Amino acid sequence: MRYPWFRLAIFIIGCLFPAWWLYEAAMNLLGPDPGKILVDRLGLGALVFLLVTLGMSPLQRLTGWGGWIVARRQLGLWCFAYIVLHMTAYMVFILGLDWGQLGVELRKRPYIIVGVLAFLGLLALAVTSNRYSQRRLGARWKKLHKLVYVILGLGLLHFLWIVRSDLQEWAIYAGVGALLMVMRVPPVWRRVPRLIGRRA
Amino acid sequence: MLIKLPKSSDCNESDVTPESVYFSRRSVLGASLAGFALGALPVLGQAAEPSRYADVEAGSTPGWFKDKLGATRWQAVTVKDEAITPFKDATHYNNFYEFGPDKGDPAANAGSLKTEPWSVVVDGEVGKPGRYALEDFVKPLQLEERIYRLRCVEAWSMVIPWLGFPLSEVLKQVEPTSKARYVRFETLQDPKSMPGQRSGFALIDWPYVEGLRLDEAMNPLAILAVGMYGRELPNQNGAPLRVVVPWKYGFKSIKSIVRISLVAEQPQTTWQGLAPSEYGFYANVNPQVDHPRWSQARERRLPSGLFSPNVRTTQMFNGYEDEVASLYSGLDLRKNY
Repeated sequence: MRYPWFRLAIFIIGCLFPAWWLYEAAMNLLGPDPGKILVDRLGLGALVFLLVTLGMSPLQRLTGWGGWIVARRQLGLWCFAYIVLHMTAYMVFILGLDWGQLGVELRKRPYIIVGVLAFLGLLALAVTSNRYSQRRLGARWKKLHKLVYVILGLGLLHFLWIVRSDLQEWAIYAGVGALLMVMRVPPVWRRVPRLIGRRA
Repeated sequence: MLIKLPKSSDCNESDVTPESVYFSRRSVLGASLAGFALGALPVLGQAAEPSRYADVEAGSTPGWFKDKLGATRWQAVTVKDEAITPFKDATHYNNFYEFGPDKGDPAANAGSLKTEPWSVVVDGEVGKPGRYALEDFVKPLQLEERIYRLRCVEAWSMVIPWLGFPLSEVLKQVEPTSKARYVRFETLQDPKSMPGQRSGFALIDWPYVEGLRLDEAMNPLAILAVGMYGRELPNQNGAPLRVVVPWKYGFKSIKSIVRISLVAEQPQTTWQGLAPSEYGFYANVNPQVDHPRWSQARERRLPSGLFSPNVRTTQMFNGYEDEVASLYSGLDLRKNY
């Protein structure tokens, strides 16, 4: 396995955040509505992992270091894991495990529908993230995994529809997301320079 | 891991008087006894002002408020069998977008708000328009404690002991004319002390504006609050003067008021202007009419612990149906949300 320490470090970071948040909630450090805060943080955490995942290819291009690409699959799976926790927390803390109400929300709320679509996309990518699927799907695998950009768009829309009064935070994430997407447009991608590294 | 989810018919744990309140009955007694004891010491005695509620942080109380506090009618209105939200939660989990969009922002940023001296402009359809110093404005009125449920449009709720005056008495003082049909309220606009008003990404068109129909404003439940938990209002809760209308969603209870106008036409209010399909002029608490983005049928009564979520059914008019339903007879509450 290449870059084992780098991979291990990412794994530990991925575990640490939810563990820390749970500890804070248990110690009453999250205020009177810890469930809502956990739902928000897990959703935002997933978005951050998604953006970091998408940043790996450009980073490799800019620096020439192979570790970035090696970490990409694990980062994508962390995004998926956080979304699973995000939805579980929503079900437990916001809906109080009322499955009937979940049915109502799924029919009536556009932001929930968009969120679920993004989750289904992530599920497809997570299920096909192993080497076996890569071999089996061949060229189609790459096409399928372009879905990640659609998922990013859906995730940002889901986030936008929750904003009540101030777009600043959303605009920062959307800006980073837009930058990462624009970089992958072929004519732009060809012009991305190698900043460090041997081959010029 | 045990996750306890109460049925909606169950008694909630929060219905029980919190242990801290139960235990603090002695500290209230003890503190008042200490007050007597300290009273014997001429200098120290002045500092002993026992709080009626547990863990209440003292602020810098204005002189006029101290003068009024002695004659307060305590517990003029109470809630039955519902625990009062801890002071820390009621003061550190707020929506006050002038100080930032996050729940913790108001507590962190509102220190910059200067509440003394404060004046209120009264204009429009009134016999006595003018700019009133706050202490003169409330001089003839007696403080009352009103313990009310507060239901936020975001589906969380609290129980808060306010100190204030019936809005009707305040309005009668300025003599509304026969043309006055609505009351329009305006919050301070001061980007220097209000960082949220400096944000280039804020969707709100400052200053914040709210309004009530005159008969709603005259309902005995509607108050102008100047204090809570036995002290003056903390800045993040809308110091020094705010509306509290407990049968409406929290955003109707406008904070840090600098202008009260009696008007003939229904005023355009902030949230209604921002998202008319989501926030109406009336904004009565109504479990049958959902916010387009979430259900209003239930609410999280705060504090709602991680392992004992305190989710309860939302009541029509937030439980004040007997007092206010008659205001809306013949009005389609689905259309007039």
